[in-house]
Amino acid sequence: MTAIYGLFAEPEAVQRAVDTLRRAGISNRDITVISDQPYEEFEFSHHDKATWLFPLAAVGALVGLVSATLLTVLTERAWPMNVGGMPVVALWPNLVVTFELTMLGAILTTVGALFVTAKLPTRVPALYDPEVSNGQILVGVSRPAGATDAVRSALEQSGALVVKTAD
Amino acid sequence: MSASGQRISDDLLRPLLETTWRFYLLVAVFGLFVLAGAGSFAYQVYWGIGVWGLKWPIFWAFDITNFVFWIGISHAGTLISAILRLVNATWRRPVTRCAEAITAFALMIGAMFPIVHLGRPGLFFWLMPYPSERHIWPNFRSPLVWDFFAISTYLTGSLLFLALPMIPDFALVRDRTTGMRRRIYGALALGWAGTTKQWHRLETAMQIMAIAIIPVAVSVHTIVSFDFSMAPVPMWHSTIFGPYFVAGAIFSGIAALIIAMAALRKFLHLEDYLHPVHFQNLGKLLLLMSLLWTYFVFAERLTVWYGNEPSEIAVFWATQRGAYAPLYWTMVTCNFVIPFSILSLTRLRTITGCVIASCAVVVGMWLERFLIIVPSLSHKYLPYSWSSYRPQTPEIILMVSTFGAMGLLYVLFSKFVPIISIWELKVGEHPKRVAATAQEADEIATLWRAQP
Repeated sequence: MTAIYGLFAEPEAVQRAVDTLRRAGISNRDITVISDQPYEEFEFSHHDKATWLFPLAAVGALVGLVSATLLTVLTERAWPMNVGGMPVVALWPNLVVTFELTMLGAILTTVGALFVTAKLPTRVPALYDPEVSNGQILVGVSRPAGATDAVRSALEQSGALVVKTAD
Repeated sequence: MSASGQRISDDLLRPLLETTWRFYLLVAVFGLFVLAGAGSFAYQVYWGIGVWGLKWPIFWAFDITNFVFWIGISHAGTLISAILRLVNATWRRPVTRCAEAITAFALMIGAMFPIVHLGRPGLFFWLMPYPSERHIWPNFRSPLVWDFFAISTYLTGSLLFLALPMIPDFALVRDRTTGMRRRIYGALALGWAGTTKQWHRLETAMQIMAIAIIPVAVSVHTIVSFDFSMAPVPMWHSTIFGPYFVAGAIFSGIAALIIAMAALRKFLHLEDYLHPVHFQNLGKLLLLMSLLWTYFVFAERLTVWYGNEPSEIAVFWATQRGAYAPLYWTMVTCNFVIPFSILSLTRLRTITGCVIASCAVVVGMWLERFLIIVPSLSHKYLPYSWSSYRPQTPEIILMVSTFGAMGLLYVLFSKFVPIISIWELKVGEHPKRVAATAQEADEIATLWRAQP
């Protein structure tokens, strides 16, 4: 057995279960909550809220900007063409390409960072129950070790519809 | 699970799990349009673009009109969805995916036309920046190359903006199906479980995408307008073209969204999710854009008339009382008179009223694109070069087939993907947060405090 989990019908019961598990000495890191929708109104959903996605998106934008600048400037210098009397390296038209590639850098980095930090794509984890898709909320503890009874008791007392184990 | 959550899942998954004769009928009808369009395209590739009605000096007509029109329609989805997401408008939830799908499909259709118009579509890759053995690199000073970058960025962003929130819904379908369907949706769900961390990351990513996609959307139609305003052609070389095009794009996009939503509501029986209030709100937005469009047209026309520059005034009068006047006044009727008459009256701003106004706007905006392009090209600076244009059958068939293509893509999409985001709709059903502790009460009070 690597995990023990309970299925709950209501988010209020999930909050009670999480609080009870914490009081039983289980760390936040070992508690997993899985649901078919986000529950921003409840404290239990606020774990792991700190994220680097915004700074990473900014870095992606910067990479896009530098790439676009290099692409346009180096291309124009390598194959200089006279177009309508404009300078060979024409800043104003290049800004259009630079802007688009900057935003593309931000977008692609955001999506890449999402996949990495949310661990996607992956196999469906062992600690999962298809009943989640029927609206039930899973509260599980990975590697409960010696605390199995305490975890089971906490889940049952908090109103779990059913308590199961996962290998 | 709450009863409403169960009902939402059942109702929105029904079109995926049950197939009616209507689906096959719609696919057949729209498929015929697409086949006709493909035949027309093959005909012009075989015989060359001489089969079009183009002749010197009018080298842009139907295809470029279609290009601008469909890129405009694409502004319905991602832009509106992103704005509503950022301002946290709760009524957006049933609307966003319908809208984002329009963007993706309209962009695909629109982006096809510059390639069709090349005459030698097989050489479209010359627009891409690759190290050519012939040393022909893209000229970054050409608006056509700007189009390539802008549309590629917007299409990539829009597809990702559409696809990311679909992942949790694919997981839902995966868990509720069996066999091949389960395997396909399982692969599409990417192993999504729904941990709190995954939800946070998804919502944060959507926030960033929304912030990034809004300026990109604005830039796309501005750059499409640059295709015209960078050219010294009468009535094209105008500083107003950027915002004018963007406003027109949002205008036609909202109209397309209203029509799509009404069709979905009717055919997929989504009356419980697409409420009259959604049409009311979008109807108000359409009215606002109608007035804004009228303002732009007035500002542009008045400036030209007042300037009385000979080449521009020739185009002006050709559209006001010349050969193009019937089309011009039909455009004004469709884009201003009809929507204003219907949408400004609350009792007429019903679903039917909004759909009638939207149909008029779609027609009017196609005419607007045509009237920007053709009269200017047919009345250039030297009168000896003045000419006229009459569309030929292959062009007309291709234009009509794009509407069939849009219908076909939309029908297939709504068959294989929940057309309303199930998890977002469920979030919308959550009761309002009640402060359980003094700290939470303080947080809520801070959010609503008038003075910081």
